[in-house]
Amino acid sequence: MSSAIHIRDLCKTYVVSEREAGVLAALQSLVHRHTEEVNAVDGLTFDVAPGEIVGFLGPNGAGKTTTLKMLSGLLHPTAGEVAVLDYVPWRREKAFLRQITLVMGQRNQLVWDIPAIDSFELNRAIYRIPQADYRRTLDELTDLLELGPLLRKPVRNLSLGERMKCEIAAALLHRPQVLFLDEPTIGLDVTMQRRIRTFIGEYNHRYGATVLLTSHYMADVEALCRRVVVIHHGKLLFDGELSRLVQRFTAHKTIVVQLGDCLADLHAYGEVMTCEDGHVTLRVPKAETARVTERLLADLPVVDLTVEDPPIEEVIEQVFAQE
Amino acid sequence: MRALLDVYIQQFKTTLAAQVQYRAALVIWTIGHILDPVIYLVVWSTVARSSGGSVGGFDTGEFAAYFIALMLVNHATFSWLMWEYDYRIRHGDLSFALLRPIHPIHADIADNVSFKLITFTVMLPIAAGLAMVFHPTLHLVPWAAMAFVPVLILAFIVRFLVEWTLAMAAFWTTRVSAINQMYFVVVLFLSGQVAPLELFPFPIQVVAAILPFRWTIGFPVELLLGRLTPIEALTGFAVQVAWLALSLALLRIIWRAGVRLYSAVGA
Repeated sequence: MSSAIHIRDLCKTYVVSEREAGVLAALQSLVHRHTEEVNAVDGLTFDVAPGEIVGFLGPNGAGKTTTLKMLSGLLHPTAGEVAVLDYVPWRREKAFLRQITLVMGQRNQLVWDIPAIDSFELNRAIYRIPQADYRRTLDELTDLLELGPLLRKPVRNLSLGERMKCEIAAALLHRPQVLFLDEPTIGLDVTMQRRIRTFIGEYNHRYGATVLLTSHYMADVEALCRRVVVIHHGKLLFDGELSRLVQRFTAHKTIVVQLGDCLADLHAYGEVMTCEDGHVTLRVPKAETARVTERLLADLPVVDLTVEDPPIEEVIEQVFAQE
Repeated sequence: MRALLDVYIQQFKTTLAAQVQYRAALVIWTIGHILDPVIYLVVWSTVARSSGGSVGGFDTGEFAAYFIALMLVNHATFSWLMWEYDYRIRHGDLSFALLRPIHPIHADIADNVSFKLITFTVMLPIAAGLAMVFHPTLHLVPWAAMAFVPVLILAFIVRFLVEWTLAMAAFWTTRVSAINQMYFVVVLFLSGQVAPLELFPFPIQVVAAILPFRWTIGFPVELLLGRLTPIEALTGFAVQVAWLALSLALLRIIWRAGVRLYSAVGA
């Protein structure tokens, strides 16, 4: 097995019926239904090596969830190849299902009215996890996610973050080799996001699991993923190291200058992004960074100066805006 | 097999724990299952009394026995899948079920059985109470009473499989409630719930004998009450087994087609 996840020219087309708003249109649609084909995923190709964590990025509707559903066997591709751990996902063989997991941040699988530990026991039985392994994994997950006091409370009494931690634990009890994580930190506060992020890294490190992660929080991606795959309108836009994404898609650098006392007008040097407490942030074309820096230092009483790449959020925004 | 048993035990535990949280809902469901047969019992007893003590071979005591036994058999074999299936498909619960290395029907069976375990603690005393009020006449035949156990279990399984299969209509249509309504009317008349099937015109009896519903409700009741000859009982058992095989086969075929559609149009 060379790659844990293998995708070649993958396509998924949905047929959706659509109509104009209004009663007349509703009546018309009874007679003649207007349908349209939507290419949710349109010729996607990439591979993920075993043990790799890859950030899977794209704006809403880019086809991320559709791809994850094809990878986990919930959706049948319209065309192209897909293999996960050398299995064809949509056949949903039991041996395959025992080695993967799909966590969707907005969906719950835990039984609402009973403590999470009871749902865990059910998963143990369903996944046929030997008792000793189950105990060990549960202890580890309890430790890593700090689940201790949560396990015996009815799930409906848990906070969103607490519930998400339990959801993640439930999804990992069978120690899957491949994790599909769809917005696992959505709606969580910063502390909880960080906790879950750290945990995903730790799980990957400890078990050598392959992780494909979508998130709208760039902090998740920056902390976990060396490599990102960016898609837009179902097509591949970028596949490579996160740092290269920044280099490739930004023609600008950010220069932050701290000036002694005077609040000089720096518009002559570049685009002023912000100006607070004597700190001025300038956006300048990459090629001119050296020259502008030189001029700033020569012309002004500069206390401090740093040259940075723009924040990743901004880069991503630009990437999508270009299309 | 042992692994599957483990799943059932865990599923029992979770559904028992979840269901006792909704005691009010349990009581309401159960009342519905008591009220229906009691109404038919009162109606038929009245009819029997006003037509000289009996109708079509049933006197008031026999009607009482019939409808009390029917109440228990119907409760033992009913399911609520057809009301739930649509929701599962539209709300993505099915996706979670599909990601698990086990057929979702097992969870449903365990869920159903654990519900019955709880509600029968109420149903049995109520049946005893109804017996005190309506004075059923029981002609218990030992062999028939013994045969009743496997027949009831088969009845449960067949009804469950048939309803699980019909519930899968939700894969193809969003208008399942219309199908459900039609199904329940057919079952009401052709299973022996409104009246013993002996009282129906012959053509209806023929239709009822072909369809599975009679074999999952009326037949076990008639057997328990000692109204069947050994030959009739054996024939009924054979028909049950035939329906078991047929419904299993249908369930598999339709399940595959349904999931194929589900994974084509978007889960």
